[in-house]
Amino acid sequence: MNDRFVIPGRLKNMSRAFISIGLLTLIMGIVFFLTKNSDLDKTRFWAVLLQDSVFFTMITAVSIFIQAAANLAHGSWIVAYRRVPEAIGANVWVFGTIASVILLLIVFVFRVGPEHVNPIYEWVTPGNDKILNGKVAFLNQGMYLGFTLVTVALWSFFGRKFRSMSIAQQSAPKNDTKIFWKVFRLSGLFLLVYALTQMSTAPWLWIMSIQAHWYSTLFSWYTFASSFVSGMSLILLWVVYLKNQGNLELVTKEHMHDLGKFMFAFSIFWTYLWFSQYMLIWYANIPDETVYFKLRQQGPYSIIFYSNFIINFFMPILILMARPSKRNYFTVTFMAMIIIFGHWLDFYQMIMPGPLGSNWQIGFYEIGIFIGFAGVLIYCVSKTLAKTNLIPENNLLLKETMIHIS
Amino acid sequence: MAIKKFAVATYLDEEVLFPAVKKVRRSGYKLHDVYTPFAVHGLDVAIGHKETDLHIAGFIYGLCGTSTAVGFISWIYTSDWPQNYGGKPHFALPAWIPITFELTVLFAAVGMVLTFCYLNQIMPGVKKHVFHPRQSDDTFVVALELNSKSSEEEAIAFLKSTGATETSIQIAESSWWYGRWDKKEAYETMTHI
Repeated sequence: MNDRFVIPGRLKNMSRAFISIGLLTLIMGIVFFLTKNSDLDKTRFWAVLLQDSVFFTMITAVSIFIQAAANLAHGSWIVAYRRVPEAIGANVWVFGTIASVILLLIVFVFRVGPEHVNPIYEWVTPGNDKILNGKVAFLNQGMYLGFTLVTVALWSFFGRKFRSMSIAQQSAPKNDTKIFWKVFRLSGLFLLVYALTQMSTAPWLWIMSIQAHWYSTLFSWYTFASSFVSGMSLILLWVVYLKNQGNLELVTKEHMHDLGKFMFAFSIFWTYLWFSQYMLIWYANIPDETVYFKLRQQGPYSIIFYSNFIINFFMPILILMARPSKRNYFTVTFMAMIIIFGHWLDFYQMIMPGPLGSNWQIGFYEIGIFIGFAGVLIYCVSKTLAKTNLIPENNLLLKETMIHIS
Repeated sequence: MAIKKFAVATYLDEEVLFPAVKKVRRSGYKLHDVYTPFAVHGLDVAIGHKETDLHIAGFIYGLCGTSTAVGFISWIYTSDWPQNYGGKPHFALPAWIPITFELTVLFAAVGMVLTFCYLNQIMPGVKKHVFHPRQSDDTFVVALELNSKSSEEEAIAFLKSTGATETSIQIAESSWWYGRWDKKEAYETMTHI
Protein backbone atom coordinates (compact mmCIF):
# COMPACT_ATOMS: atom_id res chain seq x y z
CA MET A 1 0.00 0.00 0.00
CA ASN A 2 1.33 3.34 -0.97
CA ASP A 3 -0.41 6.60 -0.24
CA ARG A 4 1.55 9.69 -1.15
CA PHE A 5 0.48 13.22 -0.41
CA VAL A 6 1.44 15.66 -3.14
CA ILE A 7 1.14 19.23 -1.88
CA PRO A 8 -1.42 20.92 -4.12
CA GLY A 9 -0.38 24.27 -5.60
CA ARG A 10 -3.30 25.98 -3.93
CA LEU A 11 -2.20 24.89 -0.46
CA LYS A 12 1.37 25.95 -1.17
CA ASN A 13 0.25 29.37 -2.35
CA MET A 14 -2.15 29.72 0.54
CA SER A 15 0.49 28.94 3.15
CA ARG A 16 2.92 31.36 1.47
CA ALA A 17 0.25 34.04 1.36
CA PHE A 18 -0.53 33.45 5.04
CA ILE A 19 3.15 33.68 5.98
CA SER A 20 3.47 36.89 3.96
CA ILE A 21 0.45 38.35 5.72
CA GLY A 22 2.00 37.41 9.04
CA LEU A 23 5.38 38.92 8.16
CA LEU A 24 3.72 42.06 6.82
CA THR A 25 1.72 42.38 10.02
CA LEU A 26 4.88 41.89 12.04
CA ILE A 27 6.64 44.66 10.10
CA MET A 28 3.61 46.90 10.47
CA GLY A 29 3.58 46.06 14.17
CA ILE A 30 7.23 47.07 14.46
CA VAL A 31 6.54 50.32 12.61
CA PHE A 32 3.27 51.21 14.32
CA PHE A 33 3.77 49.84 17.80
CA LEU A 34 7.35 49.02 18.67
CA THR A 35 9.01 52.21 17.46
CA LYS A 36 6.33 54.42 18.98
CA ASN A 37 6.84 56.00 22.32
CA SER A 38 3.70 54.57 23.83
CA ASP A 39 4.34 51.84 26.41
CA LEU A 40 0.94 50.37 25.74
CA ASP A 41 1.59 49.86 22.03
CA LYS A 42 4.93 48.20 22.73
CA THR A 43 3.30 45.91 25.28
CA ARG A 44 0.58 45.01 22.83
CA PHE A 45 3.21 44.17 20.22
CA TRP A 46 4.95 41.67 22.49
CA ALA A 47 1.88 40.31 24.25
CA VAL A 48 0.21 39.29 21.00
CA LEU A 49 3.38 37.57 19.81
CA LEU A 50 3.56 35.79 23.15
CA GLN A 51 -0.05 34.66 22.97
CA ASP A 52 0.16 33.27 19.45
CA SER A 53 3.53 31.61 19.77
CA VAL A 54 2.63 29.92 23.05
CA PHE A 55 -0.78 28.92 21.71
CA PHE A 56 0.68 27.32 18.60
CA THR A 57 3.48 25.59 20.49
CA MET A 58 1.02 24.09 22.92
CA ILE A 59 -1.56 22.93 20.40
CA THR A 60 1.08 21.29 18.22
CA ALA A 61 2.71 19.62 21.25
CA VAL A 62 -0.65 17.95 21.90
CA SER A 63 0.03 15.78 18.85
CA ILE A 64 3.04 14.27 20.59
CA PHE A 65 0.99 13.68 23.70
CA ILE A 66 -1.83 11.91 21.89
CA GLN A 67 0.69 9.67 20.10
CA ALA A 68 2.33 8.78 23.39
CA ALA A 69 -1.01 8.09 25.06
CA ALA A 70 -2.17 5.93 22.15
CA ASN A 71 1.14 4.05 22.07
CA LEU A 72 0.91 3.27 25.75
CA ALA A 73 -2.68 2.10 25.50
CA HIS A 74 -1.97 0.16 22.28
CA GLY A 75 -4.66 2.30 20.71
CA SER A 76 -5.34 1.30 17.16
CA TRP A 77 -7.90 4.00 16.41
CA ILE A 78 -5.15 6.52 15.71
CA VAL A 79 -3.00 4.31 13.49
CA ALA A 80 -4.97 4.94 10.28
CA TYR A 81 -4.02 8.62 10.35
CA ARG A 82 -1.05 8.61 12.69
CA ARG A 83 1.13 10.30 10.08
CA VAL A 84 -0.87 13.48 10.76
CA PRO A 85 -0.07 13.82 14.48
CA GLU A 86 3.44 12.66 13.69
CA ALA A 87 3.88 15.42 11.12
CA ILE A 88 2.44 18.04 13.46
CA GLY A 89 4.53 16.77 16.36
CA ALA A 90 7.69 16.76 14.28
CA ASN A 91 7.20 20.49 13.70
CA VAL A 92 6.88 21.48 17.32
CA TRP A 93 10.49 22.61 17.18
CA VAL A 94 9.54 25.37 14.70
CA PHE A 95 6.95 26.90 17.01
CA GLY A 96 9.00 26.08 20.08
CA THR A 97 11.96 27.99 18.68
CA ILE A 98 9.83 30.98 17.71
CA ALA A 99 8.15 30.94 21.10
CA SER A 100 11.36 30.69 23.08
CA VAL A 101 12.93 33.54 21.11
CA ILE A 102 9.89 35.72 21.77
CA LEU A 103 9.59 34.72 25.42
CA LEU A 104 13.25 35.24 26.16
CA LEU A 105 13.27 38.59 24.34
CA ILE A 106 10.33 39.66 26.50
CA VAL A 107 11.97 38.51 29.71
CA PHE A 108 15.52 39.72 29.01
CA VAL A 109 15.20 42.67 26.66
CA PHE A 110 11.75 44.21 26.83
CA ARG A 111 11.63 47.08 29.32
CA VAL A 112 9.60 50.28 29.38
CA GLY A 113 9.48 53.49 31.32
CA PRO A 114 12.11 55.36 33.23
CA GLU A 115 12.29 52.60 35.83
CA HIS A 116 12.88 49.90 33.23
CA VAL A 117 10.06 47.64 34.35
CA ASN A 118 8.71 44.74 32.36
CA PRO A 119 5.01 45.41 31.71
CA ILE A 120 4.25 41.77 30.85
CA TYR A 121 6.20 39.90 33.50
CA GLU A 122 6.30 42.18 36.50
CA TRP A 123 8.28 39.64 38.53
CA VAL A 124 11.35 40.45 36.41
CA THR A 125 11.84 43.57 38.52
CA PRO A 126 10.20 42.72 41.85
CA GLY A 127 11.44 45.79 43.68
CA ASN A 128 10.05 45.94 47.20
CA ASP A 129 6.96 43.89 46.43
CA LYS A 130 6.61 41.39 49.27
CA ILE A 131 4.66 38.76 47.35
CA LEU A 132 6.95 38.87 44.31
CA ASN A 133 10.04 38.69 46.51
CA GLY A 134 8.54 35.63 48.18
CA LYS A 135 8.28 33.91 44.83
CA VAL A 136 11.69 34.94 43.56
CA ALA A 137 13.17 31.48 44.10
CA PHE A 138 10.99 30.17 41.29
CA LEU A 139 10.05 33.27 39.34
CA ASN A 140 13.37 34.59 38.18
CA GLN A 141 15.05 35.02 34.83
CA GLY A 142 17.39 32.07 35.25
CA MET A 143 14.58 29.65 36.03
CA TYR A 144 12.55 31.03 33.17
CA LEU A 145 15.41 30.59 30.73
CA GLY A 146 16.15 27.07 31.94
CA PHE A 147 12.58 25.81 31.98
CA THR A 148 11.76 27.34 28.61
CA LEU A 149 14.78 25.90 26.86
CA VAL A 150 14.42 22.46 28.46
CA THR A 151 10.70 22.31 27.70
CA VAL A 152 11.11 23.28 24.07
CA ALA A 153 14.11 21.01 23.60
CA LEU A 154 12.34 17.99 25.07
CA TRP A 155 9.15 18.54 23.10
CA SER A 156 11.12 19.00 19.88
CA PHE A 157 13.18 15.89 20.55
CA PHE A 158 10.24 13.62 21.30
CA GLY A 159 8.18 15.00 18.43
CA ARG A 160 10.87 14.20 15.91
CA LYS A 161 11.83 10.92 17.58
CA PHE A 162 8.32 9.46 17.49
CA ARG A 163 8.05 10.24 13.79
CA SER A 164 11.45 8.85 12.86
CA MET A 165 10.79 5.65 14.81
CA SER A 166 7.41 5.20 13.18
CA ILE A 167 9.08 5.57 9.80
CA ALA A 168 11.81 3.13 10.81
CA GLN A 169 9.08 0.60 11.54
CA GLN A 170 8.13 0.80 7.87
CA SER A 171 11.39 -0.71 6.73
CA ALA A 172 11.75 -3.10 9.66
CA PRO A 173 11.17 -6.83 9.12
CA LYS A 174 7.52 -7.85 9.13
CA ASN A 175 5.98 -8.34 12.60
CA ASP A 176 9.17 -7.12 14.25
CA THR A 177 8.27 -5.88 17.73
CA LYS A 178 11.60 -4.30 18.66
CA ILE A 179 10.70 -0.74 17.64
CA PHE A 180 7.17 -1.15 18.96
CA TRP A 181 8.39 -1.74 22.50
CA LYS A 182 11.05 0.93 22.23
CA VAL A 183 8.36 3.46 21.28
CA PHE A 184 6.25 2.11 24.13
CA ARG A 185 8.96 2.86 26.69
CA LEU A 186 9.70 6.28 25.19
CA SER A 187 5.99 7.11 25.31
CA GLY A 188 5.92 6.48 29.02
CA LEU A 189 8.92 8.74 29.41
CA PHE A 190 7.29 11.44 27.34
CA LEU A 191 4.14 11.40 29.45
CA LEU A 192 6.34 12.11 32.45
CA VAL A 193 8.02 14.97 30.60
CA TYR A 194 4.68 16.30 29.46
CA ALA A 195 3.24 16.15 32.95
CA LEU A 196 6.17 18.14 34.28
CA THR A 197 6.02 20.73 31.48
CA GLN A 198 2.64 21.29 29.85
CA MET A 199 0.65 20.12 32.85
CA SER A 200 2.60 22.15 35.38
CA THR A 201 5.63 24.35 34.83
CA ALA A 202 5.21 25.69 31.30
CA PRO A 203 1.82 27.37 31.84
CA TRP A 204 2.96 28.65 35.24
CA LEU A 205 5.95 30.41 33.78
CA TRP A 206 4.70 31.42 30.37
CA ILE A 207 1.13 32.47 31.18
CA MET A 208 0.23 32.44 34.86
CA SER A 209 3.24 34.51 35.92
CA ILE A 210 1.86 37.41 33.87
CA GLN A 211 -0.29 38.15 36.89
CA ALA A 212 2.34 37.04 39.34
CA HIS A 213 0.42 38.10 42.44
CA TRP A 214 -2.36 35.72 41.58
CA TYR A 215 -2.15 31.97 41.33
CA SER A 216 -4.40 29.02 40.80
CA THR A 217 -3.43 25.40 41.39
CA LEU A 218 -5.72 24.39 38.54
CA PHE A 219 -4.25 26.72 35.99
CA SER A 220 -1.94 24.30 34.18
CA TRP A 221 -4.63 21.67 33.85
CA TYR A 222 -6.91 24.30 32.51
CA THR A 223 -4.34 25.40 29.95
CA PHE A 224 -3.69 21.77 29.06
CA ALA A 225 -7.40 21.11 28.51
CA SER A 226 -7.63 24.19 26.37
CA SER A 227 -4.69 23.22 24.19
CA PHE A 228 -5.66 19.54 24.08
CA VAL A 229 -9.09 20.12 22.64
CA SER A 230 -7.76 22.56 20.05
CA GLY A 231 -4.87 20.21 19.25
CA MET A 232 -7.32 17.39 18.53
CA SER A 233 -9.32 19.77 16.36
CA LEU A 234 -6.16 20.61 14.47
CA ILE A 235 -5.49 16.92 13.80
CA LEU A 236 -9.08 16.52 12.66
CA LEU A 237 -8.78 19.43 10.23
CA TRP A 238 -5.71 17.86 8.64
CA VAL A 239 -7.37 14.45 8.42
CA VAL A 240 -10.43 15.94 6.73
CA TYR A 241 -8.22 17.90 4.36
CA LEU A 242 -6.22 14.81 3.40
CA LYS A 243 -9.43 12.82 2.93
CA ASN A 244 -10.67 15.52 0.59
CA GLN A 245 -7.47 15.21 -1.40
CA GLY A 246 -8.15 11.50 -1.86
CA ASN A 247 -5.52 10.33 0.64
CA LEU A 248 -5.95 8.32 3.84
CA GLU A 249 -8.33 5.76 2.42
CA LEU A 250 -8.11 3.71 5.62
CA VAL A 251 -9.77 6.48 7.58
CA THR A 252 -13.48 5.81 7.86
CA LYS A 253 -16.37 7.48 9.60
CA GLU A 254 -15.52 5.40 12.67
CA HIS A 255 -12.19 7.20 13.03
CA MET A 256 -13.83 10.57 12.47
CA HIS A 257 -16.37 9.65 15.12
CA ASP A 258 -13.55 9.00 17.58
CA LEU A 259 -11.91 12.33 16.86
CA GLY A 260 -15.28 14.02 17.23
CA LYS A 261 -15.72 12.31 20.58
CA PHE A 262 -12.40 13.71 21.72
CA MET A 263 -13.44 17.21 20.68
CA PHE A 264 -16.77 16.81 22.45
CA ALA A 265 -15.50 15.16 25.61
CA PHE A 266 -12.57 17.46 26.14
CA SER A 267 -14.71 20.54 25.57
CA ILE A 268 -16.73 19.34 28.53
CA PHE A 269 -13.51 18.61 30.42
CA TRP A 270 -12.31 22.15 29.71
CA THR A 271 -15.59 23.51 31.03
CA TYR A 272 -15.26 21.38 34.12
CA LEU A 273 -11.84 22.87 34.89
CA TRP A 274 -12.96 26.37 33.91
CA PHE A 275 -15.87 26.11 36.28
CA SER A 276 -13.91 24.49 39.11
CA GLN A 277 -11.42 27.33 39.02
CA TYR A 278 -14.13 29.94 38.80
CA MET A 279 -16.46 28.56 41.43
CA LEU A 280 -13.82 28.07 44.13
CA ILE A 281 -12.61 31.62 43.70
CA TRP A 282 -16.15 32.98 43.56
CA TYR A 283 -17.16 31.08 46.66
CA ALA A 284 -14.16 31.97 48.80
CA ASN A 285 -14.40 35.59 47.65
CA ILE A 286 -10.89 36.50 48.77
CA PRO A 287 -9.69 39.73 47.11
CA ASP A 288 -6.26 38.23 46.31
CA GLU A 289 -7.96 35.63 44.17
CA THR A 290 -10.98 37.44 42.80
CA VAL A 291 -8.76 40.09 41.23
CA TYR A 292 -8.27 37.68 38.33
CA PHE A 293 -11.97 37.45 37.54
CA LYS A 294 -12.77 41.04 38.48
CA LEU A 295 -11.03 42.24 35.33
CA ARG A 296 -12.29 39.45 33.16
CA GLN A 297 -15.88 38.97 34.17
CA GLN A 298 -17.00 42.39 35.33
CA GLY A 299 -14.34 44.51 33.76
CA PRO A 300 -13.54 45.37 30.17
CA TYR A 301 -13.06 41.75 29.15
CA SER A 302 -16.57 40.57 29.98
CA ILE A 303 -17.53 40.17 26.33
CA ILE A 304 -14.56 37.87 25.74
CA PHE A 305 -15.19 36.08 29.02
CA TYR A 306 -18.78 35.20 28.14
CA SER A 307 -18.22 34.49 24.46
CA ASN A 308 -15.35 32.22 25.50
CA PHE A 309 -17.79 30.20 27.58
CA ILE A 310 -20.49 30.11 24.91
CA ILE A 311 -18.13 29.14 22.08
CA ASN A 312 -16.19 26.56 24.03
CA PHE A 313 -19.01 24.98 26.00
CA PHE A 314 -22.49 25.56 24.63
CA MET A 315 -21.59 25.16 20.99
CA PRO A 316 -19.70 21.86 21.34
CA ILE A 317 -22.18 20.33 23.78
CA LEU A 318 -25.21 21.19 21.70
CA ILE A 319 -23.77 20.58 18.24
CA LEU A 320 -21.47 17.62 18.87
CA MET A 321 -23.66 15.66 21.28
CA ALA A 322 -25.63 13.70 18.71
CA ARG A 323 -23.98 10.72 17.07
CA PRO A 324 -24.73 11.72 13.45
CA SER A 325 -23.11 15.13 13.89
CA LYS A 326 -19.82 13.51 14.94
CA ARG A 327 -19.92 11.37 11.80
CA ASN A 328 -20.66 14.25 9.47
CA TYR A 329 -17.60 15.78 7.84
CA PHE A 330 -19.12 19.24 7.61
CA THR A 331 -20.13 19.55 11.27
CA VAL A 332 -16.86 18.23 12.64
CA THR A 333 -14.82 20.51 10.38
CA PHE A 334 -16.93 23.50 11.29
CA MET A 335 -16.73 22.71 15.00
CA ALA A 336 -12.97 22.12 14.80
CA MET A 337 -12.49 25.63 13.40
CA ILE A 338 -14.84 27.08 16.01
CA ILE A 339 -13.01 25.29 18.81
CA ILE A 340 -9.57 26.44 17.63
CA PHE A 341 -10.83 30.00 17.42
CA GLY A 342 -12.56 29.71 20.80
CA HIS A 343 -9.45 28.51 22.55
CA TRP A 344 -7.34 31.14 20.86
CA LEU A 345 -9.77 33.58 22.47
CA ASP A 346 -9.35 31.68 25.74
CA PHE A 347 -5.59 32.20 25.56
CA TYR A 348 -6.22 35.84 24.72
CA GLN A 349 -8.22 36.37 27.89
CA MET A 350 -5.63 34.47 29.94
CA ILE A 351 -2.80 36.71 28.77
CA MET A 352 -4.03 40.17 27.87
CA PRO A 353 -5.73 41.52 31.03
CA GLY A 354 -2.40 41.53 32.87
CA PRO A 355 -0.29 43.66 30.55
CA LEU A 356 -2.95 45.64 28.69
CA GLY A 357 -5.60 46.26 31.32
CA SER A 358 -8.67 47.83 29.86
CA ASN A 359 -6.96 48.90 26.64
CA TRP A 360 -7.38 45.71 24.71
CA GLN A 361 -8.50 45.49 21.14
CA ILE A 362 -8.59 42.77 18.53
CA GLY A 363 -7.51 44.51 15.39
CA PHE A 364 -5.46 43.84 12.26
CA TYR A 365 -2.40 43.03 14.34
CA GLU A 366 -3.92 40.21 16.43
CA ILE A 367 -5.57 38.61 13.42
CA GLY A 368 -2.57 39.08 11.12
CA ILE A 369 -0.16 37.45 13.53
CA PHE A 370 -2.56 34.53 14.00
CA ILE A 371 -2.79 34.08 10.22
CA GLY A 372 0.99 34.19 9.99
CA PHE A 373 1.38 31.39 12.51
CA ALA A 374 -1.33 29.38 10.77
CA GLY A 375 0.61 29.83 7.53
CA VAL A 376 3.80 28.51 9.13
CA LEU A 377 1.84 25.54 10.45
CA ILE A 378 0.30 24.71 7.08
CA TYR A 379 3.62 25.13 5.28
CA CYS A 380 5.68 22.99 7.65
CA VAL A 381 3.14 20.23 8.24
CA SER A 382 2.26 19.79 4.57
CA LYS A 383 5.94 19.59 3.74
CA THR A 384 6.50 16.92 6.39
CA LEU A 385 3.40 14.99 5.32
CA ALA A 386 4.58 14.87 1.71
CA LYS A 387 7.83 13.17 2.68
CA THR A 388 6.55 9.67 3.51
CA ASN A 389 3.92 7.10 2.82
CA LEU A 390 0.76 8.18 4.62
CA ILE A 391 -0.17 4.59 5.47
CA PRO A 392 2.04 3.38 8.31
CA GLU A 393 2.99 0.13 6.64
CA ASN A 394 4.25 -2.67 8.86
CA ASN A 395 2.70 -1.04 11.90
CA LEU A 396 1.62 -3.85 14.17
CA LEU A 397 -1.82 -2.38 14.72
CA LEU A 398 -2.61 -1.70 11.06
CA LYS A 399 -5.06 -4.56 10.74
CA GLU A 400 -6.85 -3.47 13.89
CA THR A 401 -7.25 0.07 12.68
CA MET A 402 -8.78 -1.13 9.41
CA ILE A 403 -11.57 -2.95 11.21
CA HIS A 404 -11.92 -0.32 13.90
CA ILE A 405 -15.47 0.39 15.05
CA SER A 406 -15.90 3.35 17.33
CA MET B 1 -51.21 -8.54 25.70
CA ALA B 2 -51.89 -11.06 23.08
CA ILE B 3 -51.70 -14.80 23.00
CA LYS B 4 -50.07 -15.88 19.77
CA LYS B 5 -48.82 -18.93 17.95
CA PHE B 6 -45.08 -19.21 17.38
CA ALA B 7 -42.87 -21.46 15.30
CA VAL B 8 -39.65 -21.86 17.26
CA ALA B 9 -36.31 -23.15 16.04
CA THR B 10 -33.03 -23.62 17.87
CA TYR B 11 -29.53 -23.40 16.46
CA LEU B 12 -26.28 -24.47 18.00
CA ASP B 13 -23.92 -22.14 16.18
CA GLU B 14 -24.02 -18.45 15.36
CA GLU B 15 -22.54 -19.21 11.97
CA VAL B 16 -25.75 -21.12 11.16
CA LEU B 17 -27.89 -18.53 12.91
CA PHE B 18 -26.86 -15.56 10.76
CA PRO B 19 -27.82 -17.05 7.37
CA ALA B 20 -30.96 -18.45 8.98
CA VAL B 21 -32.04 -15.02 10.21
CA LYS B 22 -31.34 -13.55 6.79
CA LYS B 23 -33.46 -16.29 5.14
CA VAL B 24 -36.29 -15.67 7.62
CA ARG B 25 -36.34 -11.99 6.83
CA ARG B 26 -36.36 -12.69 3.10
CA SER B 27 -39.06 -15.38 3.40
CA GLY B 28 -41.82 -13.06 4.55
CA TYR B 29 -42.42 -14.73 7.90
CA LYS B 30 -42.80 -12.34 10.79
CA LEU B 31 -39.74 -12.59 12.99
CA HIS B 32 -40.80 -12.29 16.62
CA ASP B 33 -37.33 -12.21 18.17
CA VAL B 34 -33.99 -13.97 18.36
CA TYR B 35 -32.65 -15.11 21.75
CA THR B 36 -28.94 -15.69 22.22
CA PRO B 37 -26.90 -16.79 25.23
CA PHE B 38 -24.44 -13.91 24.68
CA ALA B 39 -24.32 -10.63 22.80
CA VAL B 40 -23.76 -11.38 19.11
CA HIS B 41 -22.19 -8.49 17.21
CA GLY B 42 -24.05 -7.50 14.11
CA LEU B 43 -27.18 -9.49 14.94
CA ASP B 44 -29.19 -6.31 15.58
CA VAL B 45 -28.40 -5.21 12.05
CA ALA B 46 -29.26 -8.66 10.65
CA ILE B 47 -32.62 -8.63 12.46
CA GLY B 48 -33.31 -5.18 11.06
CA HIS B 49 -33.40 -3.19 14.28
CA LYS B 50 -33.22 0.54 13.80
CA GLU B 51 -30.74 2.72 15.71
CA THR B 52 -32.25 3.28 19.13
CA ASP B 53 -33.75 6.63 20.15
CA LEU B 54 -32.89 5.99 23.79
CA HIS B 55 -30.29 8.75 23.81
CA ILE B 56 -32.85 11.35 22.72
CA ALA B 57 -34.99 10.28 25.65
CA GLY B 58 -31.89 10.62 27.82
CA PHE B 59 -31.34 14.19 26.61
CA ILE B 60 -34.93 15.09 27.47
CA TYR B 61 -34.64 13.50 30.92
CA GLY B 62 -31.44 15.47 31.45
CA LEU B 63 -33.17 18.71 30.55
CA CYS B 64 -35.94 17.83 33.01
CA GLY B 65 -33.30 17.31 35.69
CA THR B 66 -31.60 20.63 34.92
CA SER B 67 -34.82 22.59 35.03
CA THR B 68 -36.04 20.81 38.17
CA ALA B 69 -32.81 21.60 39.99
CA VAL B 70 -32.53 25.23 38.89
CA GLY B 71 -36.23 25.88 39.37
CA PHE B 72 -36.47 24.29 42.78
CA ILE B 73 -33.26 25.74 44.23
CA SER B 74 -33.96 29.21 42.90
CA TRP B 75 -37.49 29.10 44.30
CA ILE B 76 -36.18 28.12 47.74
CA TYR B 77 -33.33 30.61 47.88
CA THR B 78 -34.97 33.61 46.28
CA SER B 79 -38.62 33.52 47.38
CA ASP B 80 -39.43 30.74 49.81
CA TRP B 81 -36.59 31.00 52.33
CA PRO B 82 -33.98 33.60 51.33
CA GLN B 83 -30.96 33.63 53.59
CA ASN B 84 -27.68 35.48 53.68
CA TYR B 85 -24.73 33.15 53.19
CA GLY B 86 -21.53 35.14 53.59
CA GLY B 87 -22.91 38.09 51.67
CA LYS B 88 -23.56 36.05 48.56
CA PRO B 89 -26.43 37.09 46.30
CA HIS B 90 -29.66 35.17 46.76
CA PHE B 91 -29.55 34.04 43.17
CA ALA B 92 -26.12 32.38 43.54
CA LEU B 93 -25.99 30.39 40.32
CA PRO B 94 -22.33 29.18 40.49
CA ALA B 95 -22.96 27.53 43.85
CA TRP B 96 -25.92 25.64 42.43
CA ILE B 97 -24.15 24.26 39.38
CA PRO B 98 -22.84 21.11 41.15
CA ILE B 99 -26.34 20.19 42.38
CA THR B 100 -27.80 20.99 38.98
CA PHE B 101 -25.23 18.77 37.34
CA GLU B 102 -25.90 15.91 39.74
CA LEU B 103 -29.64 16.12 39.24
CA THR B 104 -29.20 16.23 35.46
CA VAL B 105 -27.14 13.06 35.59
CA LEU B 106 -29.52 11.38 38.03
CA PHE B 107 -32.63 12.14 35.98
CA ALA B 108 -30.94 11.10 32.74
CA ALA B 109 -29.56 7.88 34.20
CA VAL B 110 -32.66 6.71 36.05
CA GLY B 111 -34.95 7.75 33.22
CA MET B 112 -32.85 5.95 30.65
CA VAL B 113 -32.68 2.76 32.72
CA LEU B 114 -36.44 2.71 33.16
CA THR B 115 -37.01 3.47 29.47
CA PHE B 116 -34.56 0.74 28.55
CA CYS B 117 -36.44 -1.72 30.76
CA TYR B 118 -39.73 -0.70 29.21
CA LEU B 119 -38.46 -0.99 25.66
CA ASN B 120 -37.00 -4.42 26.33
CA GLN B 121 -39.91 -5.48 28.54
CA ILE B 122 -37.78 -6.44 31.50
CA MET B 123 -38.49 -5.44 35.07
CA PRO B 124 -38.34 -7.11 38.47
CA GLY B 125 -41.59 -8.97 39.08
CA VAL B 126 -42.68 -9.32 35.49
CA LYS B 127 -42.55 -12.45 33.42
CA LYS B 128 -41.98 -13.18 29.76
CA HIS B 129 -42.48 -16.45 27.98
CA VAL B 130 -39.29 -18.50 27.64
CA PHE B 131 -39.25 -20.24 24.30
CA HIS B 132 -36.48 -22.64 25.15
CA PRO B 133 -34.87 -23.34 28.55
CA ARG B 134 -31.40 -23.34 26.99
CA GLN B 135 -31.74 -19.93 25.32
CA SER B 136 -29.70 -18.34 28.08
CA ASP B 137 -27.26 -21.24 28.21
CA ASP B 138 -25.81 -22.45 24.92
CA THR B 139 -28.56 -22.34 22.31
CA PHE B 140 -29.67 -19.69 19.83
CA VAL B 141 -33.45 -19.49 19.51
CA VAL B 142 -35.45 -17.97 16.66
CA ALA B 143 -39.17 -17.42 17.13
CA LEU B 144 -41.49 -16.73 14.21
CA GLU B 145 -44.97 -15.32 14.71
CA LEU B 146 -47.67 -17.31 12.89
CA ASN B 147 -51.14 -16.04 12.05
CA SER B 148 -54.33 -17.98 11.50
CA LYS B 149 -53.62 -18.42 7.80
CA SER B 150 -50.09 -19.73 7.97
CA SER B 151 -49.43 -23.44 7.81
CA GLU B 152 -47.55 -24.89 10.76
CA GLU B 153 -45.99 -27.67 8.70
CA GLU B 154 -44.67 -25.26 6.08
CA ALA B 155 -43.17 -23.00 8.72
CA ILE B 156 -41.47 -25.92 10.45
CA ALA B 157 -40.20 -27.31 7.16
CA PHE B 158 -38.83 -23.90 6.30
CA LEU B 159 -37.08 -23.58 9.65
CA LYS B 160 -35.59 -27.06 9.27
CA SER B 161 -34.27 -26.10 5.85
CA THR B 162 -32.30 -23.27 7.47
CA GLY B 163 -30.39 -25.68 9.67
CA ALA B 164 -32.46 -25.76 12.86
CA THR B 165 -31.69 -28.56 15.29
CA GLU B 166 -34.95 -28.54 17.23
CA THR B 167 -38.31 -27.12 16.18
CA SER B 168 -41.64 -26.66 17.90
CA ILE B 169 -44.98 -24.88 17.69
CA GLN B 170 -45.80 -22.91 20.81
CA ILE B 171 -48.84 -20.94 21.92
CA ALA B 172 -47.83 -18.28 24.38
CA GLU B 173 -48.20 -14.70 25.53
CA SER B 174 -46.11 -12.44 23.30
CA SER B 175 -45.35 -9.61 25.73
CA TRP B 176 -44.69 -9.25 29.45
CA TRP B 177 -47.11 -9.74 32.33
CA TYR B 178 -47.10 -9.94 36.12
CA GLY B 179 -46.61 -13.56 36.91
CA ARG B 180 -44.59 -16.25 38.62
CA TRP B 181 -41.73 -18.12 37.01
CA ASP B 182 -42.60 -21.41 38.71
CA LYS B 183 -46.20 -21.40 37.47
CA LYS B 184 -47.21 -22.41 33.96
CA GLU B 185 -50.10 -20.44 32.51
CA ALA B 186 -53.15 -22.42 31.37
CA TYR B 187 -52.95 -21.33 27.71
CA GLU B 188 -49.28 -22.22 27.22
CA THR B 189 -48.77 -25.21 24.95
CA MET B 190 -45.75 -26.63 23.21
CA THR B 191 -45.73 -29.23 20.43
CA HIS B 192 -42.45 -30.60 19.18
CA ILE B 193 -42.48 -31.28 15.48
